[in-house]
Amino acid sequence: MNKFLKIIKNTLLIEILEGMLLTLKYFFKKKVTINYPFEKGALSPRFRGEHALRRYESGEERCIACKLCEAVCPAQAIIIEAEPRDDGSRRTTRYEIDMTKCIYCGFCQESCPVDAIVEGPNFEFATETREELIYDKKKLLDNGDRWEMEISKNLESDSKYL
Amino acid sequence: MKKVANKTKIENYSMNFGPQHPAAHGVLRLVLELDGEIVERADPHIGLLHRGTEKLIENKTYLQAIPYFDRLDYVSPMCQEHAYALAVEKLMQIEVPIRGQYIRVLFSEITRILNHILNITTFALDVGAMTPFLWLFEEREVLMEFYERVSGSRLHAAYFRPGGVHRDLPDGLLEDIKDFSKRFPDRINDVEKLLESNRIFRQRTVDIGIIKAKDALERGFSGPCLRASGVAWDLRRTQPYDVYDKFDFKIPTGSVGDCYERFLIRVEEMRQSLLIINQCIEMMPKGQCISDDPKITPPRRSEMKVSMEALINHFKLFTEGYHVPSGETYTSVEAPKGEFGVYIISDGTNKPYRCKIRAPGFPLLQATEFLSKGHMLADLVAIIGSLDIVFGEIDR
Repeated sequence: MNKFLKIIKNTLLIEILEGMLLTLKYFFKKKVTINYPFEKGALSPRFRGEHALRRYESGEERCIACKLCEAVCPAQAIIIEAEPRDDGSRRTTRYEIDMTKCIYCGFCQESCPVDAIVEGPNFEFATETREELIYDKKKLLDNGDRWEMEISKNLESDSKYL
Repeated sequence: MKKVANKTKIENYSMNFGPQHPAAHGVLRLVLELDGEIVERADPHIGLLHRGTEKLIENKTYLQAIPYFDRLDYVSPMCQEHAYALAVEKLMQIEVPIRGQYIRVLFSEITRILNHILNITTFALDVGAMTPFLWLFEEREVLMEFYERVSGSRLHAAYFRPGGVHRDLPDGLLEDIKDFSKRFPDRINDVEKLLESNRIFRQRTVDIGIIKAKDALERGFSGPCLRASGVAWDLRRTQPYDVYDKFDFKIPTGSVGDCYERFLIRVEEMRQSLLIINQCIEMMPKGQCISDDPKITPPRRSEMKVSMEALINHFKLFTEGYHVPSGETYTSVEAPKGEFGVYIISDGTNKPYRCKIRAPGFPLLQATEFLSKGHMLADLVAIIGSLDIVFGEIDR
């Protein structure tokens, strides 16, 4: 009897039809895809995206050229040169991040004692040439100005865990 | 004329499989010797993804080595960090706070599901089923979101640190993981229903690439591939690390050890992982998530900003790192693919003297020839798919 049932099942393609029915059910389910460039998925405050150098509210740059990020960077993607400025304060003269080397581990942000270098929420920074991905100080500061709202909000909301 | 014909030697056909083959799961290059369509010899050529991880780690401080472990087996990053963190903790004899251990176990199991989803679905894709891939990757996306919420990165988390985990779980994450664990069994059931009895899937996998328990052990198999052969060997049970001994879960084993059973074992393992995740959420204790030993853990940011001592400690830890007492250790964890081990020799400085990595995929790949001999070329694809090979860890 069992063998007979098996033969019937095999010839009638039962398991294939069951599978088809299952996929048909999914056909009518709510879609999960989003219309990407116009809709975006949610990002957590901890997201590690494109780098930015932040400023104080007065407009003064935060980075004091302690070179901690340069030291901790596992990929050695950061290059810093520094000199005292005319007013005597120590600031960077060169701050470069090679985004092609960077592995987005977030150690630079962790190490920064003044919250200057951060990894912001932006992940759409593809370029057409490699050269554009070697970020200099100006580009990083511009990023900071552009994303300051989001960055400070994220840092604020995540500060209780740090 | 006749004489010449007699002298002609018929040779097997040699052929390259990969390294740019979609079924090769990365950069596998196999030199195959085929007799018609029967595989006579399969010779894996490795090294196309060699990045010198082990050597690089020798030149990095113990903190800087963490991201390298994410990039070994890039579908199960946190399990490898786990092995490394445990190894360093063993050398330094640090106690991990209990909450830290629970979080680690929780995310190790999420990683296991993440890995098995990728393997099961791409395996099904290799043998001709597209649908599971689409269904389960939706769930995989959810899991990666958990990764991102906790660590800030969807794949290369750098979340487990020696001494615990980097940051505590954000509010609401546990509830979301719980929701997921309620919803996910239905998905597993659907996928299993679709594949388990499907005649095409069965024809492609049942009795393909059989390995007996004895052979599997001799070849250094571990993980689901060994368990499919009937050996109930799981490091989470045999030598529990962190808090694994507190959980109630089963170790699924097979009996035949063919591709089909390896698939079934992985499906069952996902269910068991969900069980552990649920228990983890129930039992999640309060407290610290990382050891407060100032020797290895940087001070809290709020403290670092106001206290000079804390700032000095912070600088010291991020430039020089911590010194690990000299000694050596082999520490292994049950990664989704099998036993992932880290062998560290420390000479008392801030960088490892040597770091050898035991990748579970390596012995599995070595068995390709054993498994595929006498099978058809198309079966080789199923065999590679069922072994769960990832080249990041094999080439290192």
